[in-house]
Amino acid sequence: MTAISGCRRWVAQLAILALIALGTTFALEIFDPQNAQAQSSVRPPANATTNVTGGTVPGMSRSSESASEIWRAVRKGVKGTVSIPDKKAGILVQSEGDSWRAIRNGPITNWGAIGLAGMVSLLALFYLVRGKILVDHGMSGRTITRFADIERMAHWLLAVSFIILALTGLNIIYGKYFLLPILGKSAFAAISAGGKWLHNYVAFAFMAGLVIILVIWIKDNFPTKADFIWLAKGGGMFTRGVHPPANKFNAGQKILFWLVIWGGLGLSLTGIALLFPFQIDFPAGMEPVQQMQFATVWHAIIALVLTVVVIAHIYIGTMGMEGAFDAMGSGEVDENWAKEHHSIWAKEVSKSKSKPRRGRKTRAAPAE
Amino acid sequence: MARMKFLVDAERCIECNACVTACKNENEIPWGINRRRVVTINDGKPGERSISVACMHCSDAPCMAVCPVDVFYETDEGVVLHSKDLCIGCGYCFYACPFGAPQFPQVGNFGSRGKMDKCTFCNGGPETDKSDAEFKKYGRNRLAEGKLPLCAEMCSTKALLAGDGDVVSDIYRERVVSRGFGSGAWGWGRAYPGQGA
Ligand code: SF4
Ligand code: SF4
Repeated sequence: MTAISGCRRWVAQLAILALIALGTTFALEIFDPQNAQAQSSVRPPANATTNVTGGTVPGMSRSSESASEIWRAVRKGVKGTVSIPDKKAGILVQSEGDSWRAIRNGPITNWGAIGLAGMVSLLALFYLVRGKILVDHGMSGRTITRFADIERMAHWLLAVSFIILALTGLNIIYGKYFLLPILGKSAFAAISAGGKWLHNYVAFAFMAGLVIILVIWIKDNFPTKADFIWLAKGGGMFTRGVHPPANKFNAGQKILFWLVIWGGLGLSLTGIALLFPFQIDFPAGMEPVQQMQFATVWHAIIALVLTVVVIAHIYIGTMGMEGAFDAMGSGEVDENWAKEHHSIWAKEVSKSKSKPRRGRKTRAAPAE
Repeated sequence: MARMKFLVDAERCIECNACVTACKNENEIPWGINRRRVVTINDGKPGERSISVACMHCSDAPCMAVCPVDVFYETDEGVVLHSKDLCIGCGYCFYACPFGAPQFPQVGNFGSRGKMDKCTFCNGGPETDKSDAEFKKYGRNRLAEGKLPLCAEMCSTKALLAGDGDVVSDIYRERVVSRGFGSGAWGWGRAYPGQGA
């Protein structure tokens, strides 16, 4: 009993205390001017900077502002931030991809096909009209050395690697239109995968060949006066019995040489960029993916142009001209062929016949 | 038949990356590959917006158009899938894709990137539906299980929507009406600046 009544007294005393405390606080709040001020100013003072977001509250389920400027910028490729390691992924929309697709599946594929088919038909026409270009004075039976072993080695290194690269490369553009329907998807994919590997590795043989021919032939490939005459006469290719004088290389061969050197350099650089995707950053002011697109486009254009040119080179070096293949075959050409097609060079060589030629091991040619 | 579509409502996305995590876990995606990612525009500035992005399963898909070995196909529901068995890892799909969706296991070891991987709309690949082989190569085939992509199912703010394009656009249309403006409607920000709703 006493415990309960004691407890009640306790509670009553506490309640009174609490009331007094509350009352005092209340009174203080009403009469303290400082405190009153603080309460009414939940809003910032008039001179404070407000409205920093322009009224937008990010993350509100019902937003208050149309953000079309942002989306227009995004459509044009503005980059955001991502929390994943691959920072390239910050690009939301890359419209260059559409252009890349259009260029690759359009002009490159079409013009490449037109160029290749056009060159083959031109050569066929040329063969029908002009026939094989024969040695006018007949074969003499005596030969002179045209290309030393190192020259032929370099040529064939470049030639064989180029043909492998060209075929595997053409497969990447045209395979799905021609080979795929014949072979079926699995076989075609397996061949293309092998082709890709071959392409990646043989590329180094091509680059080596390129460097060697540059070193051994650059001295013979600067333009001379004879080249202009040769070009003006169309190289004598269209008229029987016309043979404009030429050095070791005629103007056509010199043009081919420089096309191969510059084209080969372009192919090598873009090829290396493609071989190591996103690992080489060219200071071109482009996003990495744009650099890759740029590299593939250039690679394809240069490769197609070179392939078209090389088809003509292969034609004239084999079935197009009597005696021409020997130059790169055995290295020994017929004297009459040399006099007709490379008269200046033939004269130089016969003058210095007794001396072994520069860069060549002394080995008696059959005619000597 | 339904045409499957993704839609991201940038007014709702809070950049929590739950979709990214859900995708990784559901499909057991290896380290380094992100089928889905969240991109934030104007990070930390007024007007910040985030967008979750993966393969959008485009109509007239650019990846399909450029693939030299023709590995892509489109399902009846408009989902763009591919065969990893056929892929030669040339990376062309990545160059063409507007959304940066295709992913490769390697950066490039002599041009070998490995087989391309990308969002399948949780619809697997050419293998038998729900088979082990399919799961290992492409992840879960939730569509075959009668479910929608997990990223969208998991999205807490329902910023990311996935499913029948008609239903998705109906939901979005309702939101747009209730907001009183076409979120991202072309020209509004320019024509009526600062007017808000
Ligand atoms: S990979 Fe890219 S281009 Fe292909 S469907 Fe997906 S988003 Fe479109
Ligand atoms: S990486 Fe594979 S899927 Fe992509 S374009 Fe090349 S072969 Fe086709």
